[in-house]
Amino acid sequence: MKRFDIGALRAIFKGDRQADRVVPPSGFTAQLTLFAAGAMAFLAVFALALSLASGRLAQVWGQELAQSATVRIVAPLDQRAAQTEAALKVLQTTKGVASARALTDAEQEELLAPWFGPELAMESLPVPRLIEVVEEGEGLDPVGLRLRLSAEVPGAVLDDHSRWRAPLVAAASRLRLLGWISTLLIGAAVAAMVTLAAQAALAANAQVIAVLRLVGATDDYIARAFIRRFTLRALLGAAAGTVLGMVAVVLLPDAGEAGGFLTGLGFRGWHWVVPLMVPILVGAVAFAATGAAARRTLRELT
Amino acid sequence: MIELENVAYSYGGGELLSDITLKLAPGSFHFLTGPSGAGKTTLMKLCYGALLPTAGHLRIFGTDVRGLGRDDIALMRRRVGVVHQDVKFLDHLPLTENIALPLNVSGRHAETEGTDLEELMSWVGLTNRADALPPELSGGERQRAALARAVIMSPDVILADEPTGNIDWEMSQRLLRLLIELNRMGKTVLIATHDLGLIRATKAHVQARVLRIANRRIQLAGADL
Repeated sequence: MKRFDIGALRAIFKGDRQADRVVPPSGFTAQLTLFAAGAMAFLAVFALALSLASGRLAQVWGQELAQSATVRIVAPLDQRAAQTEAALKVLQTTKGVASARALTDAEQEELLAPWFGPELAMESLPVPRLIEVVEEGEGLDPVGLRLRLSAEVPGAVLDDHSRWRAPLVAAASRLRLLGWISTLLIGAAVAAMVTLAAQAALAANAQVIAVLRLVGATDDYIARAFIRRFTLRALLGAAAGTVLGMVAVVLLPDAGEAGGFLTGLGFRGWHWVVPLMVPILVGAVAFAATGAAARRTLRELT
Repeated sequence: MIELENVAYSYGGGELLSDITLKLAPGSFHFLTGPSGAGKTTLMKLCYGALLPTAGHLRIFGTDVRGLGRDDIALMRRRVGVVHQDVKFLDHLPLTENIALPLNVSGRHAETEGTDLEELMSWVGLTNRADALPPELSGGERQRAALARAVIMSPDVILADEPTGNIDWEMSQRLLRLLIELNRMGKTVLIATHDLGLIRATKAHVQARVLRIANRRIQLAGADL
């Protein structure tokens, strides 16, 4: 079986005005192909945005938070400072700790402000002191550290974030997986749609194909005329759909800093290049699908 | 050019042609005649590779058709001009482009051979129909256009299946003169027809042999009909 190689691909873009004309124009189905390719590309842009955004979330939660832990000093007010000092000492001699720093009253106040409102009198409340621990290398050994802390600082509780982080990372990873599966399904749907359209065009043009064979056209010549038409159509539709999809992503309302890392669906940095691949991939899918359909149909003819 | 050796062809159950041995030598002129349904069209189709024999050997330009790939058949058809009984065109293209189609599909361009095309159009009397679409043509015009399309590549062999079926006597004489002219240039011609008048008229100008299909076999008809 003859393969459509790079030369065929080049011929698709270079084109042959005469060869193009041998396939009769088909207004309505042409528009349907354009529309379907556009709609699929639009959906693909969103599926990609979802995949990339949830990928970012999983990364943030998985790596950046994994590099930090919190030690809470729950002690009567008069012992709090002493225990904080003791805990910091323990932490400074713990393997895997890059730095440990007790939050100031002002910082703690800021953290609590969303819940208790401003103007909170911190001194009068038994608020535990928080120590922010930044890890390095392999990270710290939570079991060992807990043992040491319980021996030396009775009021210290280590929270390495893993308890609430793990399910979030799992959810974000699953969301990313679903996004990629959706993208693949959209690609498969494009292939199916183009195959159906090409198949219909080939069937409708049986007489054209018979005449071309009779006057000595090779299968490649006939197939190229169809492939070119459907590839360009799918490419054009997908380009339009991608542009609309990207505009829609740009216009997504920005949750800003208030939303924190929970929102931010959209593309960041070089990720903007990824949706630009959609029309190219749709074109490639259409090229392969039409080629396969044409070869299958032509093989059955004399 | 085209050689058949004990060729048989059967459709599903029954055998339509059997034990056909025939040789179309370069420059020969043959008529193929016989009752309707005897297998004239089938024999023609065997000769340009549209059908494969179910038994025996068929060689076109010295190569067994069974050994030909699809592209080989396409290339072979550029050397064989075929006029079908029911002529088919690309109905969305004007007549000139249909006639020039064999040039275009083989990568030669009609523009560079424009004078030939015009000459050919005038020969078949279709110059003023150049821009007409095939569905607008009469039966006779379609036959003439089909012949023009069949000969534009200057093929070595011309196979015509009832080429004068739909046209008047005068036009069929003109077509025939064109075929005789092509034969004098060394082309091999095979015409399937049941028009004995046509055969007689031709024999006055060219040495033509008449093959008759009867009882699934082919016979050389007498020198005089």
